[in-house]
Amino acid sequence: MNPEQQETLVQANETNGHLHTHGDNHDEGYYWSEEWWKHHGAHQPNSFWTKYVFSQDHKVISKQFLITAIVMAVVAMALSTFFRLQLGWPGQSFKILSFFLGKWAPNGVMAPDFYLSAITIHGTIMVFFVLTGGLSGTFSNLLIPLQVGARDMVSGFLNMLSFWFFFVSSCIMLLSLFIETGAASGGWTVYPPLSALPQAIAGSGLGMTLWLVSMVLFIFSALLGGINYVSTVLNARTKGMTMWRLPLTIWAFLVTAILGILSFPVLVGCMLLLIFDRGLGTSFYLSDIFINGQALHYSGGSPILYQHLFWFLGHPEVYIVLLPALGITSEVISVNARKPIFGYKAMVYSILVIGFLSFIVWGHHMFVTGMSPFLGSVFVFTTLLVAIPSAVKVFNYLATLWKANIQLTPAMLFAIGVVSFFISGGLTGLILANSALDINIHDTYFVVAHFHIVMGSSAIFGMFAGVYHWFPKMFGKMMNRKLGYAHFWLTIVSVYGVFFPMHFIGLSGVPRRYYSNESFAMFDSLTSINQVISLFAFLGAIAQFIFIFNFFYSMFRGRKATQNPWKANTLEWTTPVEHYHGNWTGAVPVVHRWPYDYGKPDGKKEDYIPQTVPLDPGEKDGGGH
Amino acid sequence: MTTLLICVVIILSVIFIARSIRVMELISELKPKDDVQEQHKENKWNARILLLFLIVMFIYFGYQTFSYAKYLLPVSASKEGAISDKMLWINFAVIGFVFVCTQILLFWFGYRYMYQKGKKAFFFTHNNKLEFYWTAVPTVVLLGLIGYGLKVWYDIMLKPVPENKMVIEIYARQFDFTARYAGKDNQLGYAYFKLIDGPNRLGIDSTDKASHDDILTTELHLPVNQPILLKMRSQDVIHSTYMPHFRVQMNNVPGMTTQFCFTPTITTEEMRKITKNPKFDYIMVCNKVCGAAHFGMKMNVVVESPEQFNQWLGGQQTFIASMRQQKSTMAMK
Repeated sequence: MNPEQQETLVQANETNGHLHTHGDNHDEGYYWSEEWWKHHGAHQPNSFWTKYVFSQDHKVISKQFLITAIVMAVVAMALSTFFRLQLGWPGQSFKILSFFLGKWAPNGVMAPDFYLSAITIHGTIMVFFVLTGGLSGTFSNLLIPLQVGARDMVSGFLNMLSFWFFFVSSCIMLLSLFIETGAASGGWTVYPPLSALPQAIAGSGLGMTLWLVSMVLFIFSALLGGINYVSTVLNARTKGMTMWRLPLTIWAFLVTAILGILSFPVLVGCMLLLIFDRGLGTSFYLSDIFINGQALHYSGGSPILYQHLFWFLGHPEVYIVLLPALGITSEVISVNARKPIFGYKAMVYSILVIGFLSFIVWGHHMFVTGMSPFLGSVFVFTTLLVAIPSAVKVFNYLATLWKANIQLTPAMLFAIGVVSFFISGGLTGLILANSALDINIHDTYFVVAHFHIVMGSSAIFGMFAGVYHWFPKMFGKMMNRKLGYAHFWLTIVSVYGVFFPMHFIGLSGVPRRYYSNESFAMFDSLTSINQVISLFAFLGAIAQFIFIFNFFYSMFRGRKATQNPWKANTLEWTTPVEHYHGNWTGAVPVVHRWPYDYGKPDGKKEDYIPQTVPLDPGEKDGGGH
Repeated sequence: MTTLLICVVIILSVIFIARSIRVMELISELKPKDDVQEQHKENKWNARILLLFLIVMFIYFGYQTFSYAKYLLPVSASKEGAISDKMLWINFAVIGFVFVCTQILLFWFGYRYMYQKGKKAFFFTHNNKLEFYWTAVPTVVLLGLIGYGLKVWYDIMLKPVPENKMVIEIYARQFDFTARYAGKDNQLGYAYFKLIDGPNRLGIDSTDKASHDDILTTELHLPVNQPILLKMRSQDVIHSTYMPHFRVQMNNVPGMTTQFCFTPTITTEEMRKITKNPKFDYIMVCNKVCGAAHFGMKMNVVVESPEQFNQWLGGQQTFIASMRQQKSTMAMK
C-alpha cells in the first residue's frame, strides 16, 4: 500500500467511524450488509478449540459464563445448606458435614472458623460470581449483539479475555476453600483490620490473599466486559435501531455496564491498598492496634476509609446485580403478557435515575460506624429518593399486567416472582435507610432478610427468567415446561419460607454472622424459627436440582426450538436457530419500530409486530396511536 | 462403602429420571397432541396456583406476625429508643399497607388476565396523568418519612449532649468488653495502645491525673434516668457495642473514639416485671464480626436506682488503687 492509499483509508475510517475488518475500505453499513456475510460467513470457526473453548463468538462466551456461574452457584448453595444445618441445630453432629468438610467439621460439627469462611465465600460467590459475572456475563453477552443487531461484540478478543479472567478468578476463589488455614472469613465485605491481620483470624492469612487476587482478576473481567457492552450498544446498532427503540433489557445492561466501569476501579484501588497494608507494612486502613500481646507499628490509618471505598463500589454493585434482572423482567413480562410494557420512557428514565442515585447513597451502610451523623442524614435523604423510581417501576409492571393476555410460561412466572420480591425487599429498605431505625437493626438478621429478598432472590429469579426465556436462543432446544413450573413453585415457596421469618429474628435483636445463638438466653426461644428456616432452605436447594437437571437434559434432549417460540418482536428471534459467528446469514435486518408492539389494534390476526416490519402509512411508532 | 452406595443410588436415580422423561416425551410425540391446547391447560393451572399462593402466603405471614410477636424485643428501655420505636411502627404501617395492596394486585392480575385464545390484550402504552400521580404520591409520602426520620435522627445523634451526662468508656477486644467509668471528675484519663502492659490492659496513662479515679469493670451498671455518654474504643479489630433493649448501637473502631448518648429509663427489676421473666437481664453483644469467637462476646448490663448504683460503684477499685496493689504484689513476689 503506498502512502497515498493509506491516507485515503485513514480519512475514510475517520468519516465513517464504523467497524472495519482487515482494514478494508468499505461503505458505511458494510458491517451489517450481505456482502459482509458473503466475505466472512465462510470463515466459521471449526476446530474444537476455537469453537468451544477460546471462542470469540459472544453466544459461546455467554454460555461459558452461564455454565461457570451455575457451577459456582452450586458451591455457594452447598455452603449455605451446611451453615443452615449449624444454625438450625447448633452443635449437633451431622455425618454429611464430616463427609464434605473433613477436618473443618470435627465429629460432624462445623468449626466456628469454617462457619465464617462459609458465609464469606457464600456471599462473595453469590454477589460477584453468580449475580455479577453470571448474570451480566451471560445475558449482556447473549442479548446485546442480538438485540441491537450487531454481528458480535465490538471486540471479540477482549470479550474472550473477559471470560477467561472470570474463569481463572473463579478457580482461585474455589481453590481458597482447600488451603490449610481456611478461606477468607471476615464476611464478604472483608473489613480491615480483621481481614488485614492473620493474627486476628486464621482465614486472614493465605485465604485472604487468594480472595484478593481472585477479586482483582474478577474486576479485570468485569471491566473488559463492561467496556465491550457499552461500546457495542453505542456503536454497533443496526440501521433504524435508535436509542428509543432499544428493548429495556439493553437499557438495563447499558446502565449496568456504565455503573461497573465507574465503580469497579474504585474497588481495585480499595483492594490494592489492603494488599499494601497486608504485605508492605503501610497504614492506609490500620492504626493503634494491639494484638496477641504485641503493639503493631501501624499508625494514622482509618478502617472507615476502607468502608467508604468499599461501599462506593458496594452500593452501585447492588444495582449492577439488580438492573439486569429488572431489564430481563421487563422484556419477559411484556412478551408473555402480549402487551406493551407500560410507560416505556418512564422505565428508561427510572433506570437512569436509579443508576445515578446509586452513586450517592453508599453511606447508608455506615450509619453506626462512627461516620459523622450529619453526613449520615445526607445519605438518608439520597437513599430514600431511590424509592421513587423504584415505585414507578413497580406500578408500571402492575399496569402492564392489567388487562393483559398472560401466558404463564416458566419465564413469566419467574418474572412475576421478581416483581413480588422487588416489592417485599424494597419496602423493608425504607426501614433500613432511615438512619434512626437502622441503629437498632443494623447488622441484624433484618438486614440479611432484606438484601436476600431484594437483591439475592430478585436477581436470581431474573436470571432464571432469562434462562427459561432465552434457552431456545442459546441451545436451539426448549426446556421442559413442567419441570420449570415445579422449579418455580418450590423455589418461591422456599424463598419466602426462608427469608420472611428472618425479619422477626432481626427485630428480636439477633446479630448476623453468629455461629450459634447459644451464648444468649434471650435468643433461646428463636431456635424453632431457625429450624423452620433451615428446612425451607433445604427444600430450596433440592428444587435447584430440578433446574440443573432440566437445563442439561434439555440442552441435549430437549424438543427442537422454532425460530420464534414466544412470538416476540425483538431482533434476536430473526436469527437462525443454528448459531453462526456473525449472527445473521445475510444482511442484518433494518429496524422500523419500537420493540413493544404487542396487541396493537391493527385489525391483523397476530398480536405482535416484529421490529423489522415497516410502519404502515400513517402508523405511529413507540406506541402512539 | 456406604458413601459409594449412596453415590451409585444418586447416579442411577438421575439416569432413571432422565430415561422416564424421555419415554414420556416419546409417547407424547406418538400421540399427535395439540401443544397449544396443552399449554392452555397448564396456564389455567398456574393461574389458579398464583391465586392460591397469594392466599396461603398472606395466611402464613399473618400467622407469623401474630405468633412471633412475643419474641420481638420488649418496650425500649431508653428514652431515645422509645421515639425511634414509635417511628418504626408508623413506618411498618405504611409499608405494610403498600405491601398488601401491591402483592394482591400482582397475583390477582396474574390470575385474572390469563391467556385466552384469539383475544388481544388492551394496547395501553402510557398515560401521563396516571404516571404523574404514582410518581407524586410516593414522593410526598417519602418526603414525609424522610423529614420524620431526620428529626428523630437529630434528636438521638446530633443534639448537644446534656451537661449532667455520665461518661463511660466501652473498650472492646477479642473477645470481651471492659467498661471504664470516668469517676468523680467525670473525665476519662488519657490512654494509648502502646501503654498496654500486663494488668494495664486499656493502656491508660497513669501520669494523667484524670485517670486516677477511673474505675474498670467487667459488668456495666447504669443508674436509671441518668444520661449516659458511651465512648467506644477498640484494641484490635472493629467491634460493635450493641444493646438491643436500649436501641443503642455504635462500632468500636481501632484508632478512633466513637460515642453514643442515651438515657436508660427502666431498671432491670422493672423490666423483669414487664417481660414476666424473672431471669431477664439486659445485655451488650458484639455486632461486628471480629473473629472465630465473635458469637460469644458480650457483657452483662444492669440498670438500677441511683442509690444501688452508687453503692455498687463505691465497692469497685479505682484504676490507680488497682495499679498500686498490682505493684505491691509484684514487689512481694
